[in-house]
Parts: sequence; structure tokens; C-alpha cells
Amino acid sequence: MSGNENTENVESTEHTGVEGAGGRSVRNGETVLVVDGLTVIGRPSDVEIISGVSITVKRGEILGLVGESGSGKTTLGLSLLAHCKRATEIVGGQVLVGDQDLAGLSERGVRQLRGRAVAYIPQSPASALNPALRLGVQLREALHDDSLSNGEVVERVREVLREVALPDDDAFLRRYPHQLSGGQQQRVAIAMAFVGRPDVIVLDEPTTGLDVTTQAHVLETIRSMTRDYGTAGVYISHDMAVVADLADDIAVMYRGEVVERGRAAEVLSAPQHSYTRQLLMAVPLLKTSGHEEAEPEEEPLLRVSGLTAGYGRTQVLEGIDVSVSRGECVALLGESGSGKTTLSRSVAGLHHQFTGEILFDGVPLAASSYRRTAEQRRRVQYVFQNPYEALNPRKRVRDQILGPYRHLVGRPADPDGVVAEALERAALSASYADRFPEQLSGGERQRVCIARAVATGPDLLVCDEITSALDVSVQAEIVKLLRGLQDQGMALLFVTHNIALVSNIAERVAVLNRGEIVEYGPVGQVMSSPQHEYTRALIADTPDFELSFPGAPERLGMDSGDRVVEG
Amino acid sequence: MTRLIVVRLFFGALTLWAVSLVVFAATQALPGDAAQLILGRDATPERLEALRNQLNLHEPVAVQYMQWLQGLVQGDLGTSFSNRMPVAEYLTDPVRSSLTLMGLSALVATPIALFLGAFSALRRDRAFDHTSSMGTLVVASIPEFVVGILLILMLGPGGLGLFPSVYAREGGPEQWILPVLTLALAVAPPIVRMMRATMIEVLESEYVQQARLKGMGERTVLWRHAAPNAIGPVAQVVALQLAWLAGGVVAIEFLFNFPGVGKVLMDAIENRDVPLIQAVVLLIAGIYILVNLIADVIGLAANPKVRVANR
Repeated sequence: MSGNENTENVESTEHTGVEGAGGRSVRNGETVLVVDGLTVIGRPSDVEIISGVSITVKRGEILGLVGESGSGKTTLGLSLLAHCKRATEIVGGQVLVGDQDLAGLSERGVRQLRGRAVAYIPQSPASALNPALRLGVQLREALHDDSLSNGEVVERVREVLREVALPDDDAFLRRYPHQLSGGQQQRVAIAMAFVGRPDVIVLDEPTTGLDVTTQAHVLETIRSMTRDYGTAGVYISHDMAVVADLADDIAVMYRGEVVERGRAAEVLSAPQHSYTRQLLMAVPLLKTSGHEEAEPEEEPLLRVSGLTAGYGRTQVLEGIDVSVSRGECVALLGESGSGKTTLSRSVAGLHHQFTGEILFDGVPLAASSYRRTAEQRRRVQYVFQNPYEALNPRKRVRDQILGPYRHLVGRPADPDGVVAEALERAALSASYADRFPEQLSGGERQRVCIARAVATGPDLLVCDEITSALDVSVQAEIVKLLRGLQDQGMALLFVTHNIALVSNIAERVAVLNRGEIVEYGPVGQVMSSPQHEYTRALIADTPDFELSFPGAPERLGMDSGDRVVEG
Repeated sequence: MTRLIVVRLFFGALTLWAVSLVVFAATQALPGDAAQLILGRDATPERLEALRNQLNLHEPVAVQYMQWLQGLVQGDLGTSFSNRMPVAEYLTDPVRSSLTLMGLSALVATPIALFLGAFSALRRDRAFDHTSSMGTLVVASIPEFVVGILLILMLGPGGLGLFPSVYAREGGPEQWILPVLTLALAVAPPIVRMMRATMIEVLESEYVQQARLKGMGERTVLWRHAAPNAIGPVAQVVALQLAWLAGGVVAIEFLFNFPGVGKVLMDAIENRDVPLIQAVVLLIAGIYILVNLIADVIGLAANPKVRVANR
């Protein structure tokens, strides 16, 4: 979307008219944010968190700021508002918005500019909206312009609410954040940022917690609002696919430095830095080609039939039929609230309130894991979504791995051997055995969780959104690891909301929507000719892009595992 | 929310009833019976028997309890053994004095403690925070009557001579100062510490960061964005402390010779004045329950999820 920038902008301005843009003349294309040599250090260690970062953004355009967790992108985003987290400090460089340098202003001066010159849209509106204050209060105060009367402020709030497609009546303004859905909360956060007609807006992964459908709507809103308001957007994300969809410019951050920046089309088609290429190739692409299908077995390893589950009186799953053959990966695809985690927990024996049958290797499994035999429990293992919470922080890796082993298999003759083998299967060296979880990165933690699960030699591994808390590049490595395990004969029940990931790992997919399986079949078939409306919507809303730079693998029939660049 | 409050009221009443059972059982366990206590060792068997009939002591224990409970509900707390006055009438003045003392202490301690805690949180890890942290720890670790004695030594007639150390009926308002100050010092430290901890947690939250990023001034951030979210947890501690006052006054009133329920209780115990003891203990328990109930209601009211959900 680089070429006809100006004509596009003129068009969008005409569409909405002057009032829609907040009654201000829009001068898209003019450079409004200039960051020059910005350096932020941590105290008291004096380590540079970001060093000498320079970026520029024009009105009406969006700069995608891409990097992994720990690359300093959030620190940079916050310092654009001259905000430093505890024990950090801006020690050099400029943040010019218009002609004012935020890095050099007093606290009072910065406060004046926040919300009007620069605004911020947080990652998780659920925790960034004040739970004790009504929406009206939070929206009104964001304007903090003393020259406006109360009536004018309310009128402006209503106007911006209409622009983000939210109700603007008094009843809505009187609501509290907990009375909204996740997508509505994010729209309120967007409205809150745009209410003061800022010149620059910083978006810190604003769609991370949202379903793809909601994400698509929110991104569309952000896109049109920045154009109409002539606001320069800085969109922080680790997800190259989203950025490719949205941004005009891309800046890639790595270890506190911008290693590459340029027009989005150029960065995507001809990445210069090896790290950019690595990031690009880590993105799981939506594949529509067929997969080699596993031979249908007489007796699948796991057969779930007529499963209906719920919590108390609320029914979550209805009439579920799924089966997993030996060495096969079946994906459960669904958005939050679709019941996919409840299903996987039922299979693992963690959720008891269900009716229906779960046959494992031809034998019915009891509802509760307490009533299953040790052997049954050994053969079904579970990997949890969040590796930051699934490991006991006070135990070393070797004890975490040996715990379930001792319980389910027995006292090992060679404990070190068991640990080393489990770690090796999770692609970690044996030296990790003596570490504590806090000494591991997110990806390493998840590998330890996998090592713990495979240590007992299970036949079925239930993976509950195991990559959703991880960076895209780490996700690619985990996917590769899982494929390796699968090649060794392990069956996988892979729970996810990421349709692109499904197309890269699974042989068959069950699409869950509101507790029912709406589509179930081989991945290639479901991806290339989705029968159900819901599946089609999911595919349409998933951000996707083509890799066209030299050396990039072909889009079709490609294996995500092969695309990972090591190092 | 109304439903929640009704449920809590019901449990409050249930607790009070349980306390009444315990109190009644305890007085039953005393050696001798009420008639013996009233008339003393030298009473003749005839007079004892007559009084027992008058007090219905021959009835089964359950019936006696029911009669006592019936009286309680109707506001009849019985007659004091030692001075033959109706207990309710006898307690009116001391209760009023004690409640005033407790109320004044709460009014002095709570706002100052909340402010100190909030300010410590804002100045986290700076000189003010360390000083207040040390100070509250020291004060909290000294028993309240020792604090009272120290205050008397420093500010009373022996020291600076600012305030009288003993309460006298004809004295002026300045004689309230030392008892109120002592109780306030006893109550405040945990409130300060809890307020500090809660505020630090709230100030680190994303919604406070978001308020700052919206350009709100520190005062707005503190009072509009942070404080309402700290009220719930802090209210619980404030309530515990204020409820402690109900029992805490006993020692302090004794120290300052203050004519409140605490002093009445001490005298009643000395005289084995059972109806009076029963009444005072029930009263203290009642205040305890009531204050905690109020804290629960404040905690619920401060949480919009509860407030809005049950409309």
C-alpha cells in the first residue's frame, strides 16, 4: 500500500467530510513525529534498554514497530509519551511531535501534551480501563481541555464514540468497563485516545487478546481513524502478519536498536537484515493446499463421542465427536469462549462435568483423572497455555520433570538419564536440568513444559494454546518441535485460535463455534473449500501476506518447520 | 447488592446470637448461683430460696436462657447485682462516653492513617516512606497501655504538663486528648501499612499508567483513579482496627480512669455483677459485628461489579 498514498488519503478525507475528521483540516503526508537518537537506560545498572533509536512518521500513516518481547519496543512506545517505567530513564535523544520535544519538557509540559499531541492505546484494555470509574468519566477526562464547556466535552465524547461504532447514549456512558466485551473495551480505549485529536498515537499490541474477527474490525477502525484525523500511528507488535496488513512503514527492533526501517512493501519484499528475514519466515502462513492424509485407522487412539460438557448450569459443549489416530495431529480451532479448552480438559480428566464417552485405545476413560489408572494418565499428557504459570517457580527443571515420572512410571534407575532424554526430546540441552524457571525465557519454559509432558512417554499430547503466550519466532520453533514428536509416533490434540498455525501443523481440524463442531475434516479440504460460514469468516479475517523476497520459501505446500532459521 | 447486604445482616445477627449463647453458658459455669452471688456468703438458706424463686433459678437452663434472651430483645438487660439499678439505665452514660471516645479516636486515626499510607506509597523507597514505615512498626510493637503511659510521662503533668493525665468529671475538653491520642496511635499503624501496600499495588496497575499517559495530574491520578480501587481492601483493615477499639478501650479507660464501659466492665468483674458483665460483653461483640458489617458494605459498594450486577 505504498504507491498511491496521497490519492487514497484525499479520498478518505472526502468520504468522511470535515466533521468526521473532528473539524480539523487534515494534512496527511506531513511528517509529524521525529524521534532522533533516543536512548533509554535502566537504573541502577545503566544498561541501555533502547539505544540511539531514530524513526519518523507522517500524518495519516502507520509505522509498524516489530520485534520480539524484550526488544525494547514497548519501552520505545512509552518514551514517545515521555513516560518511563520504574527504574528507567531517558538519557539522550529527542522526541519531536510537531515542533515540541517531549524528551526535553518538564513534567507539567509533558502532561499538557499527553492526550492531545500524543495518545496511547494499551495492549490490554481490560486492565488499562479503570474498573471503578464509569466510561463517561474516563472518556471525558481524556480531553482535559479547559477551554471547552461541559456540554462541548460530552458532545465531543459522543462524536468519537460514534466514530468507533459504539453507542453514544447516556446509558452507555454510565457503564463500567466490566460491562463491555473485549472488543468494545478496545474500542473505548481507541475512542479515549482519539478524543483529544492527537497528532501521534502509540498502539501497543492493541489486538493481542482479541479474536481474529474482532481484531479485523479493530484494525479497520484504527486504519480509518488515523487517516481521517491525520494522525501518525506507531503500531507496536510482534506479529508480522498484522503489521504487514496495516502499516505504511515498518521498523524492526532487535535488542534495543532499530535494525531495519523502510516502506512496508519494500521491507516485506526485500528485507535487508537477517533478523527481519527470520521474523518474516517465522510467521505461519495460511496454507490452503492439501496435506498428506493419514490412513484412517480401524480403532483410533482417542475417540470422543457425544460429549456434552458445562460448568454448573451453563452448557459449554454440545454433542462433540472427535477422534485422533496414532501419530496424527488433530487441531481444535475456535475463538475464546468456543469451548475448546473445556474439551481438552475433559480429555485430560481435568474437567469432570460432562456426559458422553471418551474412548482411549478402545477403553473408556473415567471423567475424573482421579479415577483413571496411572497407566491411562501416563499415556495422556497435557501442556498448558501459559508457561509462566505452569512451572513451579521454586523447583529446578529436573525436579519438575521427575515429579510426574516418579508418580506415574516409578522410581527411575537413572534419574539424570530420564531428565536428559526428556530435555533432548524438547530440544534443550541437559545443562538446563539445574535451572529454575525464572532463569528461562518464555520459549525455554514452554520447552520444559513439553519435556515434562513427554518424560513419561505418553501416546497423546494435549496442547492447549501452547504458543499463544510466545513470540512468533519462538512459536515457529515450538511447532517444529511438535512435528518432530509427531514423527516419533506421538498423537497430538492441538488447541488453538490461530487458523494459520492449524494449516501448518495439523492433519485434521475440528472447528468449534459456541460449543459445537461446525466443521470437521482434513486440513487441506477445510482450508481450501470451507463449507461452514464461520470457517470462511475466520479465514477471511486472518491477516496474511505473501513472502516474495528472494530465498523465501514458496507459499503453497510449505512446511513451517522447514522455514525456521536457526540462530 | 441489597440481597448481599441482607445476607450479611443475617449472619451478623447469627453471630450475635452465638455470642449470647457463649456469654450465658459462661455465667452458668461460675461457682455458686446468682442468688448466692447477690446475697453473699452469709445469706440464710430461706432468703436464698426466696431469691431463687424470684429469679426463676429452678427452671431448666434452656428456659432461663429463653427468658434472658426474651428480655434482651425487649431491651431489658436485667438488674445489676451490685447497685440494684436496671443495667440498661446504669450503662447509658458510660456507653455514651465510650462511644464518643472511640468515635473521636477513629475520626482522628483513620483519615491521617489513610493519608500517611497513600503518601508513603507515592514516595515509595524515599526518606518519608522509610520514616513512616519505621515509625508505624515501632508504635505497633508497643502495647497500647505502654503508649498511654509514655504519653502521660511526656505530655502529662510530670512532663510538659500540657494535658491532664486523669479524667475528672469536672474537667474540660483537654482531658480527652491523651486517651484519644493513645487509642489513635494504637489503631493507626496497621491502617497505614495496609494503605501503603494497597496503594503501591494500585499505582503500579495499568489503569493508573493509562491515566498518567492520558495526561492526568498526579492529584487526579491519586484520588480519582487509584484511591477508589484501594478502598475495598483497606476498609477491611480499618474495620478490624475500629472493631478492636471496642475491646481496646477497656485498658485505656482503666489507665486514664475514664468513666466508660471499660471501667464498668472492670468494676463488674470485681463485684461479680453477672448481668452487667453479660450486657457489656454483648455490647462489645455487637459493636465488633456492626463495624465489620459496615466494612463489608463499603467493600461491596466500592466494587462496581457487585454494585451494578445485583440491581
